[in-house]
This record gives sequence, C-alpha cells and structure tokens, in this order.
Amino acid sequence: MTLTTSRRGFLATAAAATGVLAIGISPRGALAKAGDGALNPFVTIAPDGTVTAIIKHFEKGQGTATGLSTLIAEELNMSLDAIKFEFAPSDPAVYNNSLFGPYQGTGGSTAMANSYLQYRTAGAAAREMLLTAAAQRWGVAKSALSLKDGTISGPDQSGDIGEFVADASLLDVPADPALKDPAQFRIIGNPDVHRNDQNSKIDGTAQYAMDLHLENQMVVVIKRSPRMGGSVASFDESGAQGIKGFIQALALPNGAGVAVYADKTWAALQAREAVRVTWDFTAAETRGSDEIRRELLASLDGDAEFDASSESDLSDTLAAIEGAAQVVEETFYFPLLAHAPMEPLTATIEPLADGAVVIHDGAQFPTSNHNVLSQILELPMEKVKVNTMIAGGSFGRRATPSADYQVEVALAFAMTDRTRPVKLVWSREDDITGGYYRPAFAHKVRVGLDDSGKIVGWDHRIAGQSIFKGTFFESVMVHGGIDHASVEGAADTPYDIPGMHFGLTDNKPATTLLWWRSVGHTHTAYVMESMMDIAAKAAGKDAVDFRLEYLSGGTPDQQRLAGVLELVAQKAGWGNVAKGRSQGVAVHKSFGSYVAQVAEISRDENGAVKIEKFTAAVDCGLPVNPNVIKAQIEGGIGYGIGAIMRNEITLTGGETDQFNFPDYEPLRMRDIGAIDTHIIASSEAPTGIGEPGTPPAGPALANAIAVDGPRITSLPMQNEGINFA
Amino acid sequence: MAITLKLNGEIQTLDADPGTPLLWVIRDDLKLTGTKFGCGVAACGACTVHVDGVPVRSCQTYVEDVEGSEITTIEGLNSDIGRAVQTAWAELDVVQCGYCQSGQIMSAVGLLSENAKPSGTDIDDYMNGNACRCATYQRIRAAILRAADLMEA
Repeated sequence: MTLTTSRRGFLATAAAATGVLAIGISPRGALAKAGDGALNPFVTIAPDGTVTAIIKHFEKGQGTATGLSTLIAEELNMSLDAIKFEFAPSDPAVYNNSLFGPYQGTGGSTAMANSYLQYRTAGAAAREMLLTAAAQRWGVAKSALSLKDGTISGPDQSGDIGEFVADASLLDVPADPALKDPAQFRIIGNPDVHRNDQNSKIDGTAQYAMDLHLENQMVVVIKRSPRMGGSVASFDESGAQGIKGFIQALALPNGAGVAVYADKTWAALQAREAVRVTWDFTAAETRGSDEIRRELLASLDGDAEFDASSESDLSDTLAAIEGAAQVVEETFYFPLLAHAPMEPLTATIEPLADGAVVIHDGAQFPTSNHNVLSQILELPMEKVKVNTMIAGGSFGRRATPSADYQVEVALAFAMTDRTRPVKLVWSREDDITGGYYRPAFAHKVRVGLDDSGKIVGWDHRIAGQSIFKGTFFESVMVHGGIDHASVEGAADTPYDIPGMHFGLTDNKPATTLLWWRSVGHTHTAYVMESMMDIAAKAAGKDAVDFRLEYLSGGTPDQQRLAGVLELVAQKAGWGNVAKGRSQGVAVHKSFGSYVAQVAEISRDENGAVKIEKFTAAVDCGLPVNPNVIKAQIEGGIGYGIGAIMRNEITLTGGETDQFNFPDYEPLRMRDIGAIDTHIIASSEAPTGIGEPGTPPAGPALANAIAVDGPRITSLPMQNEGINFA
Repeated sequence: MAITLKLNGEIQTLDADPGTPLLWVIRDDLKLTGTKFGCGVAACGACTVHVDGVPVRSCQTYVEDVEGSEITTIEGLNSDIGRAVQTAWAELDVVQCGYCQSGQIMSAVGLLSENAKPSGTDIDDYMNGNACRCATYQRIRAAILRAADLMEA
C-alpha cells in the first residue's frame, strides 16, 4: 500500500468500497483512478472481472466504439468481444477532444488520433495495478506474472482479474505505465477483428435516439418557415383539434416555428399538416441558388478578397503564367448539399425528480448540448445530463455549433410544465429542407506549363461561404479573415509546384451552413486533382507519373502521398485497363491521412457511365482496425460519389426545392461495383479515417470519365449530361 | 377503431385510426423499434417488414389493409434464411451506423426466399430500393452471396 495521505486513503477506500477499478484522466490532465477526486474513466473493471471501455466519442457508424475499445482490450491483453463499452457522460473537463480545445465532441476524423495514447495508457495503468496487486498477494515478483484473457498467471497460481480489482483500486496509479510492445499486439492491426457494435444492429435491438419511448412522453414536431429566416406572425391550430392524440401547438419563443405536440409520432405529423401558419418574411432570404451561383462565379473574375498564400506573390504567379508555353484554365462549381443521415434528427429531454434533466441524443457535440440546455432551461450545469446514444449516421449534420435541434427540443420542453418527457422528431422533409448545407463553392484555376511540360505557375481563386465564421470555433479556424476550411486541401497542398497562388473571396451565406463529410476537401480535392489531370494531359504525360514528379521533394507528406499513389497504381493495374474500360486517378491528403484511388468505368450502348470498380490505397498511420478502415474507405467513396453524381440542393426565393429522397436521390446499390482497399503498413501515429476516403473519389471518377468523355467541372455530373447506367 | 394484427406470431389488438401507417403502429404502439423510420414515402426501405412473407414498406402500408395477414418484423425473423442472412452480415461486418440494416436484412431475406442463388445483378436489382447512406452496398452484396452459400451448405 503506497497511499501518501490519509485524505487519499479515505477516498481510495471509498472507491474500493464500490469495488471498481476505474482509470481515466483527472481534470488536471494526469492519469488517475476513481478516488483521486473528480474523474470520469476511460476504463472500468468490476469485481466480477467485467471490463468496460468508456467511449468519449460518439458512434455514428464510423467505428469509434470498436476503435477505442480495441485500445483498452489490447493493453489488458483480452479479446475485443470480451469487453463491453458504453458512452461517456458529458464532461468537457475530462472527455474533451484535445484537438478541439476545451470541448467534448467528435469530428474532423480526430477520434483515434486524439484517443490513441490516452486509452492505451489508461488500459496499461489498469493492467499494471492488477499485476501489482496479484504480486503483493502472492508474494512474488510482478515480473513473474502475466495477464491474458482476464486471468493473471504466476509461477504457482493463477486467478481471475476480478479477484484483484479491490486491491488494485487502493494502489497508486503509475504515472507513466509501460505500453505494450507493438510486436505483441493481438488486436491492433489484426484484420480478422470484427466490429463490437454490430450484433444489436443486425437483430434490431440497437436503440437509437429515434427509438426512445419514455413513459408518458410527448412527441413534438416543428412547423418551420419554408423560407430561410422567416418567423411566425400568427398561427391557427383549429384544424388539428380533431386529430386523436394532438395535445397543443405553441409558437417557439425565437419565432422560428410552431411546435406541435402529440402523444405519438403519426399524430404529431398529421397535426402539423393541419396547423396553419402565417409567416413574416421581412427578414427572410429571398435569393435563389442561381443567384448564389452567379455571385460566386462573378467574384472569381475580380481580385480575391483574401490572399491565402503566405509565401508567394500573385504578381509572380501571373508573370509566370504570362510567360508559359501553354496555359490550361477551368472554372468549377459545387452546389449546396444536404447530409441526409439515415436516422432523421431527434432528441428527447427527460425531466428527473430532482429538477435535473437528461437529453437523450446521438450527441456529436455533448458540450453544446450541455451549454444550450443549461441556458434555455436556466439550470446549473450539474443539473443537465447528456445520454449519448448511437447515431444513425451524421456526416457532419449532428455537429452543429449552434446546437440547432437541441435548441428546438429545449425550447419545446421549456414551454411545457416540464413534467413529461418531450421527444423532438424530424421528418425526412425537415431534414432535406432544413438548411445546414455544405456551402456552395466556385473555383477558377489557370495553370501555365513550360515547353517541357513542367508547371511554372498556378493561379487558383476560390469563392464560397465560410462555415466557421460566427461559430464557437472561429478563433481556431479563421486567421487573417481566411476560413481554413474554405482553402484546406488546396492552399496547403503538399505538391511541390512552383508559382502557386491562392486567393479566397467569402460570399454571404444564403442559408445556414455546415461541414459535410471532409469539409473543405469536398471541393478542393476535386479541383486540385482535376487540374493535375488536365495539366498532365497538356504536358503529354501519364497522370500517375506527372503527379509523382511533384511529390519527389522528400517531405513526409510527399513521401506518403507518393506511397499510396504507387500502391494504388500497382493494385489497380494502372495503364493496363481492359478494352472498353477507362481509369482515372486521384490522390489527396486530408485529416492527416493519405488516400489514392483509381476509378474504373465502362459505358453501355447508350453512353451511360457504369462505375465498375474503385481501387484505394490508404496510409492512416498505424492501422488500428483494418476492417473498420476498409469500411470507412468504402463508405467514404460511396458517400462522395453519390453526391457528385446526382445531388444538389437548390433554392428558389429562399426556399429549398428538394424535399425527400425521391428528389435528393441517394447512392443506390446498382450505382457502384466492387471497392478494393489496400492499407499501408505503418508505425506512425494513427490518423483519421472517417472522412479521408471521400475527397479523392469524385475527381478519380471525373478523371476516368474525361479519358473518353467530357471534363465535368460543374456538379452534380448528372446536370452536365452524364447518365449513369 | 380496433385493429387486430398477427405480428411475429402473436395476436395484437390495438386502437388506431384508419390510414395509420403500419410503421407507426409497430414503432409507437407495439414499441418494436427495429423497424425504422427513414423517409415516410417508401423511398429508402428502412421500414421494410414482411407481410405474408413478402417485403413491404411499412411506412406506406395502411394498418387496416394488413388485418388478417402474417406480419414479421426484424424482431420476429426466425427462419433458416433469416439466420443465414444475419450470420453472413456479422461475418462480413456489413453494418456501419446500422440504421438501415433491419430493412436491408428484411429485403435480403425476401430475395433469398424467392431466389436461392441470386447473381450479383439479381441482388442489385432487388436491393436497389434499400438506401444506405453509409454506402455499405458492396458488403451487403457479398453478404447475400455468402448467405446463399450458407443455405446451400
């Protein structure tokens, strides 16, 4: 026993009385156990030996529950299916995302990068404490003991870890426990390890926030202004009075809509149809997407508002292009996009007996939930709890800095007597028309090449709507007026291209905006990799060789991009494509990861494009769960090309023209063939995987189409005469 | 009005207005939440259940029209084909967010009930109405082929 103070002895004994070994990080950032003051753990071990990983990032399908549980299981030397997981409560002091600042949230493909050492260290500390407890009890050297599959084995004895939990919980937490030697990894990097969250998703028992049915709950749906920025002038709910289950209709205090309450979902949806609202459109948006498009494209012709190049001067770039042997130029346009996760947005507020509330939510940003509920319900922070549930997709939509739908449910709950749970439900129409779109962007690029086909100048102008300005994250993401998310993937390209210059012009948003899987890379990768293909063709060079020329500078970024590019070329049979097929390539770094893809297409007798195959190579550092990495590349490609093929949100007079899947058609099974993913072996720190599969998919497809067809620079492709078989 | 349904082998009597979609009776009245609300207009397939063994979109099926029919939801899936499909789904780690997967599985069981050895094209054609925003399509395709093999074995 090595307790240093009686106070700690008391607390440790109290923790031991609960009989659980719980290891995490204290608010001071040090490794700590239950009993060391305020602590929410990353791992708990119960007296019966049950190990639970506490997941501080939410699970929307990207595999974070598997990933973080893997780290705990590995350090405790157990199989993944032998440990349980649960989601962390909201506590930004403990579960903050160190890559976001003092904020608990999931996004930017940061979960593994942020958690890799934290969770391994917590697991390693628990292992060392259990072994120390066993060594003390048996009177043997700790070095003589081993831990495997929940059993501690010594020279003469063995025992279940549960037997040592109480003793271990009284020990000091090692400050710097030794991590497992990667040569001994059983689970990390093992391609045969399955996801740990799939059984309940296969038998229908998984509980999403949409599935919550609390005793005596009310369902609320909101009738929102059809035009962005409109407000309620008056409303008449008399038409809803006869609908069985209808309870009441109340205008939201912020004027944004009318909350319609009923005892069940169908009654609420029907009642909403029957409620008549007169809208005040004085402050509403009147522009349409055609006007947005004209404004964006026009702004590319003038001087850029911001100079996004720190090192080069525009006049040098223009002079280089002026003196070039040939110049290629293209203008690109990217429309507004909705996220359309399969589970429509929903959250439930449940009142507790002591005046506290719980919000049940697929909570991507628990800290935002916590803050807005505390403010709107005028409750101290400790009276607000966040129950994070698994989410049916997000792609960015559940991560609104303004906590849009959590504000709605809080306002709807606040207007009641606060005795009944209130469940907010969005319909698919609410989702598609509800704003928070990927902003529209336009690019204009002029590339000059010398007579040997080398690039001598690259004048790149970007116009679009800033996502981060005006948000909680502005101070992190916006510098010198430049929203990094507007230029990421372009202005910071690892290509060693001389004479590059980037300019940015912000455009006033006509609608609420939000990041969409891979954020700025959704458009910058398309432009960069289309232009590299166009320039390669102008230079008369192979598209892979041409790119490798500009990745030969020896920086780590260039080496890793070249590595995935060479691997994908080899695996896809680049240059040896079968008759009737065309290939296109793209390579891009995003969220710390490097992905190259080759799209392979054919055309039917009518010229319609059939996507036969994608081959991908990825370098995301040490591959923790190869199976999850492959799934994220597959999904990232599908999500990206579905939008690039046929999705756009258009506005007419400030109203969204699309309503549901029939007019915002998702990628379907027929649209896409095989996807073959190859992972680079690496011992570098793990980086993101939820998003990096998306950016190269669109340009790889565009480059394949351009081999024997048009160069598509305005999206979606379907609008430009490309039919898909 | 009083409605009597035979659902997952049990007789259920409940009160629902005519025109209520079967989806909402299953979810809100019977509290069987494996059947999902995705679009409400039969465009995504997340709400797929079996009526007399045939996959239907429960969001566009009126509850009064299925009185007297055998209704099966994911919770009641208990056939050899169902087990083969679920086994294949787990083997191939099909799911990501999982929200559409009950509907995918109910459709896949419908396919294999009609066609024990579907080709890739058969699968694409049959499953095309079941949307997956995570784009798990290639694993769904492979899992259906695997389930067919399991059934044959």
